[in-house]
Amino acid sequence: MNIYVCIGSSCHQRSSYAVMRQLKAMIAENRLGNSVFVSSAFCLGHCAAGVTIQIDDEIITGVGMGNIADIFQDRILAAVR
Amino acid sequence: MSFFDNNVQQLKYEVLSEVAKLAFANELSAEKLMDVAGIVVPEGKARMRCCIYKERAIVNERVKIAMGGNAKKTNVVEVLEIACDECPVDGIQVTPACRGCIAHRCVNACPKQAIEVVDRQAVIDKSRCVECGRCIAACSYSAITKHTRPCVNACKANALAINKETKKVAIKEDKCISCGACVYRCPFGAIVDKSYITQAIRILLESRNNAVFKVYAVVAPSFASQYAAIPEITIEKVVTAIKKLGFFSVIEAALGADLVAYSEADELVEKGFLTSSCCPAFVQYIQKNFAALEEHVSRNLSPMARLAKEIKQRDPYGKVIFIGPCIAKKAERQLAGVKDLVDCVLTFEELQALLNAKGIDLRALEETPLNNASFFGRIFARTGGLSEAVVQALQEKEISREQFDCKPLACNGIAECKTALLKANKRLLAENFIEGMICEGGCIGGPACLTHSSKDRAFVDSYGQKAIEKTIGDAVAVFE
Repeated sequence: MNIYVCIGSSCHQRSSYAVMRQLKAMIAENRLGNSVFVSSAFCLGHCAAGVTIQIDDEIITGVGMGNIADIFQDRILAAVR
Repeated sequence: MSFFDNNVQQLKYEVLSEVAKLAFANELSAEKLMDVAGIVVPEGKARMRCCIYKERAIVNERVKIAMGGNAKKTNVVEVLEIACDECPVDGIQVTPACRGCIAHRCVNACPKQAIEVVDRQAVIDKSRCVECGRCIAACSYSAITKHTRPCVNACKANALAINKETKKVAIKEDKCISCGACVYRCPFGAIVDKSYITQAIRILLESRNNAVFKVYAVVAPSFASQYAAIPEITIEKVVTAIKKLGFFSVIEAALGADLVAYSEADELVEKGFLTSSCCPAFVQYIQKNFAALEEHVSRNLSPMARLAKEIKQRDPYGKVIFIGPCIAKKAERQLAGVKDLVDCVLTFEELQALLNAKGIDLRALEETPLNNASFFGRIFARTGGLSEAVVQALQEKEISREQFDCKPLACNGIAECKTALLKANKRLLAENFIEGMICEGGCIGGPACLTHSSKDRAFVDSYGQKAIEKTIGDAVAVFE
């Protein structure tokens, strides 16, 4: 599974770097380093919709520190387990 | 109101704007291009030259440059012979301000006995004068002056010669480092930088609003000082304007600078002595004058190319257009390792022409955020910034003074670069890292900046303070 976190200016200002760090930490914690890969994207084109991430081909907007744990549980952990 | 320091820039801008209008409308025919001269120089009195016909002839030459110039010549700087006013090259002259005083300081100061006083007036014997200038300093009336062409004066790379027959200026290709100092300094606008605006516009049109491929604008850190003196225009409004031109995203080259500082710190420790590679004119200066030092030039890409590489890794179909203050960047873009990373280079002057062509008024726009780099990446725009960033990177990497004692030397402008390189060549340099910036003040003094003001450095620093990421490590962590 490939996850891209938008690091464009809008997402950055809405703390996408922190979201990325948190995602990496949760992946390490769940020992998913061999199956889930996180990288950055320069802009995913949804600048007005909060932090945007892409899980494989699916775009998720409105991501933040408040819901990243849930997204990880529902969309990432559920899919790979 | 003008965005520029002088009217040569304004003329360049007017020509570029007309060519850009045609390019955006996909109407770059020979016929339409011929009309540009009549638009820029309308009927009526000549404003700049002897007559409007000469003015129009010059505009026609400028149109060629706006279209990319002479493809057979690789140098991005060219002379417009017709525009060269053949400024006098008389050397040292006594002006009518000479009072025929009795002190004769000029006579006594001259080491070559080239001055005598005839009929109470100093007279210089040209066959003896070596133009040392001591008489100029000695005269109590400032009555002795030196006539050097402004272009020759500006060119500290010693790359300009005067054709003895035509009196026109010519570029010595083996010496020219494409820094563009002459382009900015020639009061008649007779030396020009080739423009790639039509290539940039073609990329934008072919992307069909980023549907076919995405077009990324990478803006130089000196972006911070371009509009800073105009209160109604913010950086964020200019970002909106760039997106309105058809760019998908605007990214700070300063983030590339963060990456460069981080890896240059490692390279410095590894090699022990290093000269920076961010300024392409500085790299060319070393290659053309200090070949023995070439091995010490950092192998790092410039911030522009470094960031472009990250963009292309993530989006191989994407196109990258760099926008900056620099003419030498146009030459850097032609290098083998860079041309696949950066698709086109524009200057701030050219950006302004594109905005004008599209009728985009910067004052009236909403704001779009721009925040990618750290403070340290952002201060690359001014002299000393790169050195501070490398020292910071060493600290962040916890490389102690005992492990490596970094002694940087920030060279502000080509004269300081030359002194440092001469010392390094003789192994007399006390420092172990040369930050070389060919333009005075650093990139904020670049020849294609809209304006040049003593406040620019402060503008860059205060913009740096607004960066979200406070350390280089935090800024580059997203690439791990």
